[in-house]
Amino acid sequence: MTDLTSDESAAPSTDPVTDWASDYDIFDPDYVTDPFPVWDDLRAECPIAKTERWGGSWLPTTYEDVVAMARMVPELSSSDPIVVRPPDDGPSDHGDGGGSYHTVNAPPISSDPPVHTWSRRLILPYFSPKATAQHEPFTRQLCHDLIDAHIDSGTIDGAAEYAQQIPPRVIAHLLGVDPEKADDFTEWVRGVLEVGLSNPAVRTKYRIKIREFFMGEIADRKKNPGDDLISDLLSAEVEGEPISDLHIAGTCNLLLVAGIDTTWSSIGAALWHLADNPQDTRRLVDDPSMLPTANEEFLRAYAPVTMARVVQEDIEVQGCPMSAGDKILMNFPGANRDPEAFEDADQVIIDRQRNRHVAFGVGIHRCAGSNLARMEMEVAIGVFLERIPEFSLVDPSAVTWAGGQVRGPRQLPIRF
Amino acid sequence: MKIVIDSDKCEGHNRCYSIAPELIEVDDFGYATAAGDGNVPAELEEKARLAVDNCPEFAVTIVED
Ligand code: HEM
Repeated sequence: MTDLTSDESAAPSTDPVTDWASDYDIFDPDYVTDPFPVWDDLRAECPIAKTERWGGSWLPTTYEDVVAMARMVPELSSSDPIVVRPPDDGPSDHGDGGGSYHTVNAPPISSDPPVHTWSRRLILPYFSPKATAQHEPFTRQLCHDLIDAHIDSGTIDGAAEYAQQIPPRVIAHLLGVDPEKADDFTEWVRGVLEVGLSNPAVRTKYRIKIREFFMGEIADRKKNPGDDLISDLLSAEVEGEPISDLHIAGTCNLLLVAGIDTTWSSIGAALWHLADNPQDTRRLVDDPSMLPTANEEFLRAYAPVTMARVVQEDIEVQGCPMSAGDKILMNFPGANRDPEAFEDADQVIIDRQRNRHVAFGVGIHRCAGSNLARMEMEVAIGVFLERIPEFSLVDPSAVTWAGGQVRGPRQLPIRF
Repeated sequence: MKIVIDSDKCEGHNRCYSIAPELIEVDDFGYATAAGDGNVPAELEEKARLAVDNCPEFAVTIVED
């Protein structure tokens, strides 16, 4: 299914970390598997950590700091939300001030106001609660089909064979592109965001594939306009001007990249929790109306996404001197585990009523796809529980996690 | 009791709407406003409080009569 070579997809090599406060490594295998104790220690002793690894960055760990920094616009820019820098000689297409995401302009996530404001507004109507509800029947059928394929075997990989299969197909459906493309999407997005995160050469290869694909779709829609997001963007105007093809390709690229890895990570993490906590599974099977509340708790406890900001002018935050050009990791997952902000922050409490979590970020870059992501998660977990009400991990040590800036299980063998 | 949304703070998370759809309206862009005059019937007061306590932007408040 994937032509990522084994060389390309090898885990990033990391030197052991001895001091997390001054030398953390977001690709450290233990941190990828279990980052929570690291954040707890840092919060207590040095709430904003620093590292020179992977191009250098700062890592806030308290809810208060993360939320405050997410609101520091324009002092902190979104122009380059990935930490590991691309090779200097890599081609860049910062065409129209849309900014760069994996070296591709990807408005609105990679842009600051004023480009951010209009480019976000262009796509929001496709992700309102009403708009996302339209994709629910498709998503539900898809989840049933995936289970049908495994129900007689008594085992399923909850990540590779279930969670990973859902978002690429929902996005293809939303963008109005060939559903057969879904497996390619999966490969491209892993190439960009998972493997490519620490390997800029792989990232470049896959970002070119994505851009070529969308440039082709754009050319096609110009000849045959349809009733879909790409056609709508082609006919949209901002201040009387059409939007450039590059901007549209950048936004499509973002929807692909931001909508796939993230959502399958969340679905996978929730299934991992349930496979290991039969009492929670039982409660949700007995009372599916608890699912939306439980889902928010899974999002809080296993938030997958950490995007970066770039410091614009030298500033000091909590006594840390940050210089222009420094990167800051918006540690939304760490904020969600802060005991100052959440009672029993380290416990997963599926009926937690007060849950101001920031898995989807806060401020102007709040995840534009959050309603779609929630719908996908609720349907995916709901259908799984309906069809497979009792299940467990085949072997807890066989579970693997990907991490860095998007964390979630990648192999999750489940028995039922 | 009245529910009030500060539209300068709302970023369209839709947490309030999913908790208390009876009390909240959402526009095409996902931004929330209080439904009608914002009055909260007694049986929805708990939901209104939850809408306040789950907003990541602190955009939802309650005004007690
Ligand atoms: C559970 C799944 C998801 C999680 C946890 C998640 C998380 C996030 C976070 C934390 C941000 C903010 C980044 C920042 O502050 O720099 C973000 C932005 C964004 N996400 Fe998601 N996301 C998810 C799914 C999706 C989906 C399904 C889509 C759409 C197909 C999507 C589209 C976007 C877009 C367009 C932005 C940029 C918004 C802006 O910059 O204004 N996401 N996401």
